[in-house]
Amino acid sequence: MDQFIQLTVDGLTLGSVYALIALGYTLVYGVLKLLNFAHGDVFMVGTFAGFGVLQLLGGPANPTVPIWLVIILVTLAAMAVCAALGVAIERFAYRPLRDAPRIAPLISALGVSFFLANSMQLLFGATPRNYDLFQYHGGTLYLRGLHIGGVTVPLLRIITILAAFVLMVILWFLVNKTRTGKAMRATSFDREAAAMMGIDIDRVIVFTFILGSALAGAAGVMFALRVPTNVSIGFIAGLKGFIAAVIGGIGSIPGAMAGGLILGFLESYIQGYVHGAHIPDGTQWSDLYVFSVLIVLMLFRHQGLLGRPDIRKV
Amino acid sequence: MSDSTPHGFHSTGAEGPAIGQDEWVARHAEVRLLPARLAPLEQRLRAVPWWAWLTLFVGAFCLFPIVEPSGYVRQVAFLTVLYMLLALGLNVVVGWGGLLDLGYVAFYGIGAYAYALLDSPHYGIHLPTVVSIPVVVVIGALAGLVLGLPSWRLTGDYLAIVTLFFLQLFQTVTTNWQNVTGGPFGILNIDPFGLPGGHKLATAHGGVFAVSYLYVALAIFVVVFVALRLLNNSRTGRAWRSLREDPLAAEAMGMPVNWLKLLAFASGAAVAALTGTLNAALYGNVFPLSFYFVTLITIYTMVILGGSGNQAGVVLGALIVSPLLEVLRDADKSRVLFFVALGGGLAFLGRRNRRIAMVAGATLVFGFVVHAIARAIDGGWVAGQPGAGGFAQLVDHWVIAPEHPARWIAPVAYVGVIAAALLCTVLSGIVRDIATVPTIYLGAFVWENVMLSKPDPARYIVLGLILIVLMVLRPNGLLGERRVEIV
Repeated sequence: MDQFIQLTVDGLTLGSVYALIALGYTLVYGVLKLLNFAHGDVFMVGTFAGFGVLQLLGGPANPTVPIWLVIILVTLAAMAVCAALGVAIERFAYRPLRDAPRIAPLISALGVSFFLANSMQLLFGATPRNYDLFQYHGGTLYLRGLHIGGVTVPLLRIITILAAFVLMVILWFLVNKTRTGKAMRATSFDREAAAMMGIDIDRVIVFTFILGSALAGAAGVMFALRVPTNVSIGFIAGLKGFIAAVIGGIGSIPGAMAGGLILGFLESYIQGYVHGAHIPDGTQWSDLYVFSVLIVLMLFRHQGLLGRPDIRKV
Repeated sequence: MSDSTPHGFHSTGAEGPAIGQDEWVARHAEVRLLPARLAPLEQRLRAVPWWAWLTLFVGAFCLFPIVEPSGYVRQVAFLTVLYMLLALGLNVVVGWGGLLDLGYVAFYGIGAYAYALLDSPHYGIHLPTVVSIPVVVVIGALAGLVLGLPSWRLTGDYLAIVTLFFLQLFQTVTTNWQNVTGGPFGILNIDPFGLPGGHKLATAHGGVFAVSYLYVALAIFVVVFVALRLLNNSRTGRAWRSLREDPLAAEAMGMPVNWLKLLAFASGAAVAALTGTLNAALYGNVFPLSFYFVTLITIYTMVILGGSGNQAGVVLGALIVSPLLEVLRDADKSRVLFFVALGGGLAFLGRRNRRIAMVAGATLVFGFVVHAIARAIDGGWVAGQPGAGGFAQLVDHWVIAPEHPARWIAPVAYVGVIAAALLCTVLSGIVRDIATVPTIYLGAFVWENVMLSKPDPARYIVLGLILIVLMVLRPNGLLGERRVEIV
């Protein structure tokens, strides 16, 4: 039972990170019908931006401002950097290709992803960066927290999950209750018709990229609070976020949230429970299981759990 | 379409557009490589049949080792032929079939691993080469069929991502399944190719690359090129084109769309697997990371740069990109390449455009002025170690190279030059000309002080840039067919 609780908490943390990444994919896909391959690398840049600000604030051992402010500032900085990056990518790599064949922006996105990953390696090298908040006050953030059964849920985990939840609520509010959100939904439904109704498509798309990339930045900080980051995590994190988006149905915002959590739980339980003499071991092979699930899912229900099936009209 | 009479229009041959090609489309899709002044020359060059070009090209390549004694350069040539083969294979799927296959390198890896398992002490199996190569090709084609299956139901982005997962799956399996694939340590001591008589084709003579492998690779290249050429000129090739242009219309016209997709995947995969055997046989070892994202992007850059859909184009792409990557490995050569390309490019463009000429001149002066000011303020700013040779000395008098650059300089300069270059693309008029001068200088500064010392990320950054810039400015590449939208 203790193991189950432990794995559930793990899955929830991991899942909220995946959900935030998946939201970025889903938002952009909804509006542009473009798979933003570079999204994972924007996330990676976010982890580094957060690390940089953490160092500026005096490092984890003795920060110059209260610890809660440190976490907030680090997150906000990563979100801002990623938002700016997302806007630049959209403006210079995707916008010129908006009317090109659909294969063109995909290849451009591959190029951006490769460019970002290698630029970060050029500037910061391949050494992992550890936020290492354990150093703060002898590990308070890790040792204190909620006690459920025989398991302690660390404070840091609780903060992460809560923060992800708050961000999703804000996103829901922005998309469903504001004018810009309405314009986004209209654009996503039918771009041409929206343009004819006087919606400034360019502005909507830029706004979408700001939202999606900022969420990736926040996800980056949450991810890096758990495990050390390095310049090559973008690729795999991007894949995972995409899987989450597809599970939920790409283009659907609640779908991305659900998909992220499902993926987090799935991965966590596979790592915890799949052990046996005759099957590949879960701790080492969780990616194998996850990818297989995804390929099967894509073949039989590629609109995902909550997505709309795409109907082709000739 | 009233303007369908071909006034003064000649397509590639004298006989007009080929079967299955719309005249109007052919005319509008015509690609000019040379300036309009040289149009007659280009037309005449294009009239030369493809087999003549192929003979000429392969003949020249065969003579190459005679003028070039260096084993290293010969090995680069061999690697280039491998990339040409890979680009030809990818061209089938992406260029002709219009299917974005991001799992392509996995087949390269499957070929290499299959050959490694069939001809190495790993299992003690040593099949003769004449048997193992066909077996590996069949394995590759079968794997291609399997990966092609999702394309029955998925298109575009979804297909791209499933194939990418396939690559990731291949990576996971080769890294973790230690009993069979050797894990991260790979499989070692793979046999070289053997001749039918039992004689082994040595991979090296006295530690130097054996040129016979270059000829083997070239022979395979010719076979693959001709086979794919004939395939593309057949009914199947035309059907692929229709599939690429409009899958729905093709299906409505009764094309066996699903089989065409499978065939494209299988052909591409077979070529990649065949190339994999060459790789494994020459290097004698295989590792999971040789068949991953970097290789994928490299091959894509070649195909896109040359012009996807055009065989000669993708070969040209490989011929440019593969040596480029080698040159960028070495700091001295890559410095020469950068400054020669920069100066040559500006001079070439400036000949006909006075504004560019003025920008180039201003940049030159700007550099000397900045250098002089920096030296006057603090000698340490220009005391960085130049490379050996006269060229490096020359550059050192123009570009600032701090002796002990502060840690913040590299990121700030790098991000700054990207921001400045992007800004230049949105500005216009005299403002842009003025902004371009310091941007170019900053670019040279970054190249000299940040990129040269780390060739590996720097090379790949160049690749990524090529991909993005190409897609934005010339998505049909150097020789590719231009897509014509008929509304």
